[in-house]
Amino acid sequence: MELPIATITFYILSIAMVLSAFAVISSRNPVHSVLFLIFCFFNAAGLFVLLGAEYIAMTLVIVYVGAVAVLFLFVVMMLDVDVAQMRAGFLKYLPVGFGVAALLFGELYMVFSALSVTEISSVAPAHAIPEASEVSNTLAIGRILYTDYIYAFQVSGIILLVAMIGAIVLTLREKKRSLKQNINKQLSRKRGDALKLMKVKSGEGAS
Amino acid sequence: MNIALYESIGVTHYLVVAALLFVIGICGIFLNRKNIITLLMSIELMLLAVNINMVVFSVALQDLVGQVFTVFILTVAAAEAAIGLAILVVFFRNVGSIAVEEIGRETHMEAAK
Repeated sequence: MELPIATITFYILSIAMVLSAFAVISSRNPVHSVLFLIFCFFNAAGLFVLLGAEYIAMTLVIVYVGAVAVLFLFVVMMLDVDVAQMRAGFLKYLPVGFGVAALLFGELYMVFSALSVTEISSVAPAHAIPEASEVSNTLAIGRILYTDYIYAFQVSGIILLVAMIGAIVLTLREKKRSLKQNINKQLSRKRGDALKLMKVKSGEGAS
Repeated sequence: MNIALYESIGVTHYLVVAALLFVIGICGIFLNRKNIITLLMSIELMLLAVNINMVVFSVALQDLVGQVFTVFILTVAAAEAAIGLAILVVFFRNVGSIAVEEIGRETHMEAAK
């Protein structure tokens, strides 16, 4: 029996993704963690392509790999992180971490094995996915995103704006040696701030 | 109907992969309690798992809304990473380390004043 190519691709992508996700949390060097995270995102993008969600796959590559992961990489390389100190307590939390993870995975697996998609799908979809040969995935998403979800789209734009302003305000440092003219400060100067009148006795000097 | 679903790989396969990714993220939060950078990366992994779930159900139920909401999740995740890393950079600049204990100590000191 010949394995279909989609199955092989699915298994390769998902095994690589899970292994690289494991490497993210277990590697000693944070730089390696970030690089494994990038690899993980690429594999997830491959899975999305396999599912027929090309737009999400490309957005994942652009937003996550191109922006978020590179931001992580910048920060990791910029900060001088003491790796040995960071690793302290890794083995101490290993049993409880794996215990909670195994418990949660068991619960999730029980939910999946009881799940029946055909039962849920008796409900008519709000926006059915059009045939891929007629309308591309990106166009179909755009048609919904810019019409029915325009307010949510605007709000997400505002969230990004707030994040951008917040990040700039948080990391902005006023340059101490800057000779910039501050007109407000100049105009709000009072006579008493700069000038002091003293009665100086002759021969003693001001102190 | 999508080729990848229902022929050889079902919804459950994708869900199991997403669940594995999610529990690896949770495991990472437990294991790297001292390392905030890896902690943030674990949160990104969990968000990715949620995204995979959204897209899989979107394709399985033939409903495009799931993919639209994945775009919104991506937006929020990007904003969260930017703000988190900015806070991290400011904290490192002020304290000189990114150890989690230092954060608690600092807040206690602020409260004592």
